[in-house]
Amino acid sequence: MTSEKKHPILTAENLSVGYIHKKAQTVVAEKINFEVTEGQLIGIVGTNGIGKSTLLRTLSGMQPKLHGNISIGGKPLSNYSEIEMATQLSVVLTEMPASKNLSVLEMVSLGRQPYTNWIGTLSSTDKRIIKEALAATETGKFSQKKCFELSDGQLQRVAIARALAQDTPIIILDEPTTHLDLYHRAYVLKMLKKLASEKKKTILFSTHEIDLAIQLSDTMLVMAKDNTFYDSPCNLIEDGTFNSLFPEETIGFDRKTGRFMIK
Amino acid sequence: MDEILAVLTGNGASKNSWGYIILDYRLPKAITAILAGSGLAIAGLLMQTLFRNPLAGPFVLGLSSGASLGVAILILGAGAFGGFFGSLLLSQWSLVIASALGSFLVLLAVLAITFRVKDTMAILIIGLMFGSVTAAIVAVLSYFSNAEQLQQYIFWSFGSLGNQSWQGVLILAVCCIAGLILSIMSSKSLNALLLGENYAKSMGLRMKRTTFIVIVATSILAGSITAFAGPIAFVGLAVPHVTRQFFKTSNHLVLLPAVFLCGSILMLLCDTVAQLPFSEYTLPINAITSLLGAPVVIWLLVRKRKLLF
Repeated sequence: MTSEKKHPILTAENLSVGYIHKKAQTVVAEKINFEVTEGQLIGIVGTNGIGKSTLLRTLSGMQPKLHGNISIGGKPLSNYSEIEMATQLSVVLTEMPASKNLSVLEMVSLGRQPYTNWIGTLSSTDKRIIKEALAATETGKFSQKKCFELSDGQLQRVAIARALAQDTPIIILDEPTTHLDLYHRAYVLKMLKKLASEKKKTILFSTHEIDLAIQLSDTMLVMAKDNTFYDSPCNLIEDGTFNSLFPEETIGFDRKTGRFMIK
Repeated sequence: MDEILAVLTGNGASKNSWGYIILDYRLPKAITAILAGSGLAIAGLLMQTLFRNPLAGPFVLGLSSGASLGVAILILGAGAFGGFFGSLLLSQWSLVIASALGSFLVLLAVLAITFRVKDTMAILIIGLMFGSVTAAIVAVLSYFSNAEQLQQYIFWSFGSLGNQSWQGVLILAVCCIAGLILSIMSSKSLNALLLGENYAKSMGLRMKRTTFIVIVATSILAGSITAFAGPIAFVGLAVPHVTRQFFKTSNHLVLLPAVFLCGSILMLLCDTVAQLPFSEYTLPINAITSLLGAPVVIWLLVRKRKLLF
C-alpha cells in the first residue's frame, strides 16, 4: 500500500442505480460510495441480481443514474460528450460482438474509433497502439482469425484488447470470467492485474470468482442486500463483510483461508 | 460491335434507328440497371448492419411494400382527382415522391417498433406484417379502381428497367448518389455497429443520429429505385451476402464499393436474362431477380449453415 496522495480518477457519491420505466423508478442498489485512484484493480462482487451490471452500466454512461453523483477526473459524468467519454472509459461487455465475421485485427482496430477521422483511417500511432494491445493480451498470433473461429477464452482476450486499443484511463468489465475454465479465469484476472499495475489503468470488474478477486484486487466493492462496502480485501475480511454476502445457513466465509465454505 | 462503339463515341451509325435504339433505349436501361442493382444492394447492406440481422433487406422489412402502397395510392387514387390534376399527379417526380414517402413511412414505423422491441427477429416479423398490411390495402384499392389504372399499377409492380427517359435516369442517378454519399459518410458508424449497439455507444457513436442517417439513406435508395424500376426482390438481401463470401470482410469501407460492383453486375446479368436474347419478349425483371436470388440465398445457407454478417 502506497501512502502517497493520489488524485481520484473515478468517484461515486451516494449513488443510486436502477431503472426508470414510465416515470416509475426501480432502485436496484443505493448508497454506493467509492473513490478510485489511478492504477487500481477493483473487483465488484455480490449475488446475482444485486445490481453489479446495473452499476457498471450506469458508470459507463449506458443508462442514467437515479440519484447521487459520478465524476471522472473531478468532472461530473453528465458534462462529458459522447466522444470525450469514449476517450476516458472503455468497456468489455458480456454480450458477444454482433458480427462474428470480424477478424481479430478488425475488432481490435475498431477500438481506435474515437480517435480516427470521419472515415476511420488508421494513423501510424493508431497502428502502434493496436499492436501493443494485441501484444499485451497475447492475441497477436491469431490476429487474422475470424471471431467465429475463436474459443471463449480467446474471444474474451480479444474483447479486452479492443478496450485497450481504445486507450482510456478507465476500463470497465462486466463479468469477464464467465464461461471460462479455471485456467482462463485466473489468466484473465492476472492479465487485468498486470495492466493495472504496469499500464496504470484503472480497472473495474464484476465477478462471481470471489476467491480470485480477493487474491488479486487492490480494493473491492462488496454489494450486499442493504449496503455496499468499499475497502481493501484484507480489511473487508477483518470486518467480516463477506459473511453478509450470502445467506449464512448455506455458505460461510472462513477468515483463515480466505475462502467460502459450504455449511 | 463496331457500330455500337461508333454510336457510343458519337460518330453515328450506318442506320439512324440503331443510334436511336442504343442511345435512347439500351443505354438508359443499362444505367438504370446499374443504379438499381447497386442501390438496392447497398440498401440491403445498410439494413443488415443497422438491424444486425442477416435476413434484413429493403424487401423483407416491408420497405418495398411501403413504396408499392405509395405508388398504388397515387396511380389507383389518381382517378379520384380526375382530368388535368390526375395527369399532373402521375408525372415522374410524383411517382418518386410517393414511393419514397411510402418506404420512408414504413421504415419509420419499423424503427419506432425497434426502440420498443429489442428482439431483432420480432422486428423482421413485424416488417413482414407491414408488408401484408400494405398488400391488403393495395388489394382493396385495386378492387375499386378501373382496368386501365390496374394495368398501369400491375406493370409497375412487375418491375422494369426499360422505358426510362434520360430525365428519369438523371433523377434516379441523383437520388442514388445522395444515398451513396450518406452511406459512405456512415461507414465508420456502421463498422462500430458490427460490435453491437452498446459497444458502439461506448466508442462515442451517437446512436440516434446514425440510425436516422442510415434510414434516410435506405429510404432514398430503395424508395427512388422502386419508384422508377418497380419493386425488385432479393437483390438487397442476396448481394451483400454474396459479396461477403467473395471479399471475406465485414469492413464497410471495403464492402460498400464491393457491394456496389456486385449489385450492378448482378442486375445487368438479370436484365440480359430478362431480355431473352434472340427473342422479342422481355420478361418482368422482378421475376428474374427472384428466380436467381432465392436459390443463391438457399445455396449460401446450405453451404455455410449460417449467414454471417
